[in-house]
Amino acid sequence: MIDATYAPGSPASAEEAARAPASPFLRALRRLLRKRIAVICLALIALFYCAGIIAPLAAPYGYAEQNLDASFEGPSWAHPLGTDRNGRDVLSRNMFAMRTTVVVTIATVAAGGIVLPVTLGLLAGYAGGAVDWVINRAGEILASLPGLPMLVLISATMRPRFNGWVGDVEDWVGWHGLTSSGFADYFLIFSVLSLFGWVGGMRLIRAQVLTLRGSQYVLAAEAAGASTPRILFRHLLPNVLPLVVVGVSASLGAVAGSEIGLTFLGVGIQPPHPSFGALISDGASRIVLQNHPALLLVPAAIVSSLIFAFNLLGDSITDIITPGAR
Amino acid sequence: MDGLAAYIVRRLLFLPVALLVVSFATFCITRYGPGDPISVYSGQYRDPEAFDRVRHKYGLDKPVVEQYGIWLKDAVLHGDLGPSFRYRDRTIPEIIGPKIWVSVRLGVYAFILTFLIGIPAGILAAVRQGTWLDPLVIGFFLIFQSIPILVTLPLLVLGLSVKLDLVPPGGFDGIFTRSMIIPTIALGLPGIAGVARLARAVTLGTLHEDFVRTARAKGLDEGTVVVRHVARNSVVPVMTTVIGLSIVGLLEGALFTETILGIPGIGRFIFESVNGRDYNVILAIVLLMTVAFMLANLVVDIVLAVLDPRLRTSGTGAR
Repeated sequence: MIDATYAPGSPASAEEAARAPASPFLRALRRLLRKRIAVICLALIALFYCAGIIAPLAAPYGYAEQNLDASFEGPSWAHPLGTDRNGRDVLSRNMFAMRTTVVVTIATVAAGGIVLPVTLGLLAGYAGGAVDWVINRAGEILASLPGLPMLVLISATMRPRFNGWVGDVEDWVGWHGLTSSGFADYFLIFSVLSLFGWVGGMRLIRAQVLTLRGSQYVLAAEAAGASTPRILFRHLLPNVLPLVVVGVSASLGAVAGSEIGLTFLGVGIQPPHPSFGALISDGASRIVLQNHPALLLVPAAIVSSLIFAFNLLGDSITDIITPGAR
Repeated sequence: MDGLAAYIVRRLLFLPVALLVVSFATFCITRYGPGDPISVYSGQYRDPEAFDRVRHKYGLDKPVVEQYGIWLKDAVLHGDLGPSFRYRDRTIPEIIGPKIWVSVRLGVYAFILTFLIGIPAGILAAVRQGTWLDPLVIGFFLIFQSIPILVTLPLLVLGLSVKLDLVPPGGFDGIFTRSMIIPTIALGLPGIAGVARLARAVTLGTLHEDFVRTARAKGLDEGTVVVRHVARNSVVPVMTTVIGLSIVGLLEGALFTETILGIPGIGRFIFESVNGRDYNVILAIVLLMTVAFMLANLVVDIVLAVLDPRLRTSGTGAR
């Protein structure tokens, strides 16, 4: 599993030590960029993410812009990837779907991949005792729940309540744009994915903190009278960050896949807001599949190559930060 | 083995506590959303008086905590998980039993496919470590792991059913029919990469054992050494670990596979039950799966502890 002897300061080779780069982070980054596969994956992910981020500016059409005279058209200059049943531009819809993936993955990784596991892992490992017990048992229960069925259940029953809350907030603030922007859907998906996503990272970080707790620099900080938050975030956090990077890079593909799966089942992002789940669901219906397979193949190719890139990149990062883990 | 026994007892004692928490949380979540099974059942135009009467009959008009108390009492004292609102006159085990049986057989098929391809692929990669074949084999199956099952399924239907007309595009007409080919492939493919990697790692560890050197030293050819000595020692740990750990993934895959292809298994049934707000059925399935996952994890921990004595003393299994 984790290499407990890992220390960010230890040089990986004499050659690298001689050059003495600025920080362990830069050194890890340099080693990552030396791997050809990792660079290709990074470039691919960056390409997709950029396409998603600039979708509102760069997409030739809106995601819901219909032209019923031009339904099921093949590729042309006006529509590089053709149109769907309602004459909506396939390229634009895929770009906006990518935007959904960007929003959901970044929000979920920030909360469920970084904030929750780091805070809870540091607390559990350092405080020990009852705090440790409660956090671990909560994690154990969450980890033993059937994930996807629970996500379906929560999304299905909570959605109307969520929409209600968002409506209340709108009335209170006096600005009515949240509901139509699909904010409630995004927020719901991100919340449930984060809720179920923190356990693995928390366990890794906790294990690392347990081995660091007795180390001399922590004892020295304690002896010098440092407060618990200072020890947690100033002294322990930098030494668990590599694990956070590993955890995040390993989970990106799964997070992206979960949103797509939930939307496919009809409990994720609601139409007309675009998501790869909805695009694949549209393209997979028997009639469309038989006559216009491109409508399935385009989102399928994007999603598969994106998740493949995430998985390969995750492997490379794991290899660099925790050598011998696999 | 003393530490291990205490560990098992501790985990088993925690199981009822976990079930209590899970059942209460699920109970609240199902009832929190608007709409209840009676409103789903009665449709849009209904007699309000009859609606209230039926709700009252099932106790759905009581406060949630009180409803939970009643449910818990019946469940613990009588083993009665409450009525299903969609399938009346049948107990919950009668309803979900056949569905689970369908899914279990489908899962076994998928496991067989995964192991038949994954273990030889992993051993091959390990034996050829350092050559181009090693990363190629692992990378090849990593592609299949990266394609979401909801993409694989329509593609398989398009290829095998629409274009080649080899198999029916969906449905379920018995377990020994061609209708099982697409779901088996779709469910089995993503797991191969994991099995292959694990088999590769285990085999790499085995390749340097003394008994392998002895086998080579007594003049056995390389093929016999790999099959008779290395593979035999890699297969058991890989299979137990993978079966334990991949039950979760298999269930998630089953939810999509069964929903898309129209197979009457438990995955599709969960989805239908959530949409029908069939409270007690949802709760029963969630609890059953929680028990299954916890026991599977425990078995994996035990197997790992037995295989690797170093883990026994720490008592925390693979963590």
